[in-house]
Amino acid sequence: MIHVRGLTRSFGAVEAVRGVDIDVSKGEIVGFVGPNGAGKTTTLRMLTTLLRPTSGTATVADCDLFTDPAGVRRRIGYVAQGGTVGPFSGVGEELVLQARLYGLSRSEARERVTRLLEELDLAGGEKRTAGQLSGGQKRRVDIAMGLLHRPELLFLDEPTTGLDPQSRTNLWGHVRRLRAESGMTVFLTTHYLEEADALCDRILIIDDGTIVASGTPAELKAAHDAGTLDEVFLAVTGRELREGAAA
Amino acid sequence: MTALAALTGHYLRTSFANRFAIVFGAIQPLFYLVIFGPLFSRSGVGSWDTLVPGLLVQLALMSSGLVGFGVVFDQRFGVLERLRVTPAARSTLLLGRVLKDSVVLLIQAAGIIVLGYAFGMRAEPVGVVLGLLLITVLSIGMAALSYAAALTIRMELFAPVMSTLVIPLMLLSGALLPMSLAPAWLDVVSRFTPFRYAVEALRALFAGPPTSPTVLWGVLVTLVFVAVGFTIGTKVYQRENT
Ligand SMILES: Nc1ncnc2c1ncn2[C@@H]1O[C@H](COP(=O)(O)OP(=O)(O)OP(=O)(O)O)[C@@H](O)[C@H]1O
Ligand SMILES: [Mg+2]
Repeated sequence: MIHVRGLTRSFGAVEAVRGVDIDVSKGEIVGFVGPNGAGKTTTLRMLTTLLRPTSGTATVADCDLFTDPAGVRRRIGYVAQGGTVGPFSGVGEELVLQARLYGLSRSEARERVTRLLEELDLAGGEKRTAGQLSGGQKRRVDIAMGLLHRPELLFLDEPTTGLDPQSRTNLWGHVRRLRAESGMTVFLTTHYLEEADALCDRILIIDDGTIVASGTPAELKAAHDAGTLDEVFLAVTGRELREGAAA
Repeated sequence: MTALAALTGHYLRTSFANRFAIVFGAIQPLFYLVIFGPLFSRSGVGSWDTLVPGLLVQLALMSSGLVGFGVVFDQRFGVLERLRVTPAARSTLLLGRVLKDSVVLLIQAAGIIVLGYAFGMRAEPVGVVLGLLLITVLSIGMAALSYAAALTIRMELFAPVMSTLVIPLMLLSGALLPMSLAPAWLDVVSRFTPFRYAVEALRALFAGPPTSPTVLWGVLVTLVFVAVGFTIGTKVYQRENT
């Protein structure tokens, strides 16, 4: 579903991503983990056609990133780290617009939005503006934005940051269900290693623009003789992902 | 096509949800019409028929010139990225916005014309309709440039830069006082701004048959302006935003 070789991206003198290789098969849930500034968002923005790589090759959802970005866009969903709706915009209005940009008819779009909001515990949320929602509710609206067209491949950039434990667990359930029902592939970033452990089939650890470890949670733990992924992270990078996480 | 219709409809609904903003976008020309117009029409310089076409160009500059603000917010809140990752062409994303802007401008311009008639403007209805068309086309170029500027210059500079830029352009167009009064140097400078030709074409259209060379020049210059404006706008919209 994703095949990436030697992908790099610089911003002036800053080498944000320094040659990453990524392979993700259909139906996998893959976690992309790393500290602030590691290059996670930059990588995702390249794979979703928003940023031009400085070098490298990539096929995303069976389309070449460089020669067929429109094909990539049709097949993927992307939920950005920074949100998707302004505070004064009506949630339903924005979701329906997004669905229609993916080619759904007006009635299909409305139906889909209602369904999706129900599934994300936001039933009836259409009539509100994003500014009237709590942080976690707004985050779920962002996630709905990426699911409207039932993409084959979904990129989630820190989907659970700001969600309470229950909403996080609900979201994991939703992601697992999507994979079970439609075989959707999910590539997500997170700072929560226990989340990656619980949710992901495979994990890539990125630090300073390079992938420093990858494997299933069990493989990673075994390879570093660690009980938790936090310990793996410490062993691989010499740092803790979050203060006190591996303690 | 679905995408363009959905976008334009969305932006129109959002605009009409706030009708006050539509009136407010035309507030400067409205003030000129109501407070400056009565003086102007008795000054011996010109009549309502001279002033109203000028105010329409002022409107296009002020109203469409500042629409870029909207996209600044879209960029800040991640809306732009969200739209950019859909299959809709980036030129469509721009066109949807610009079409909304031209509809809003058309409504504002119609309001000013109606008020102009109420004050005593005597203009050919056919010319007025053609004039509305011309001003709408002009506004498309202006709006596209406004979005390009909003996505290019620093967010907090957009409003001051645009409003500072728009005023000399408006004065140079002869929108308020015709350039026939200008000293030679000012007249020459004015000829390098596209809006002068639009103002003069509008005055000619309001005054008589739409066949004079002035009208032709105005139409030509405006078409070139739109082509350039929309090309620049699309270029900027297609650029990645880092
Ligand atoms: N548009 C940009 N212009 C300049 N530098 C950038 C830009 N975007 C990212 N960077 C730099 O690239 C590096 C990687 O940033 P990126 O956003 O990819 O990190 P991240 O792994 O997503 O971090 P976080 O966990 O904080 O979201 C950082 O050093 C950042 O400052
Ligand atoms: Mg990030």
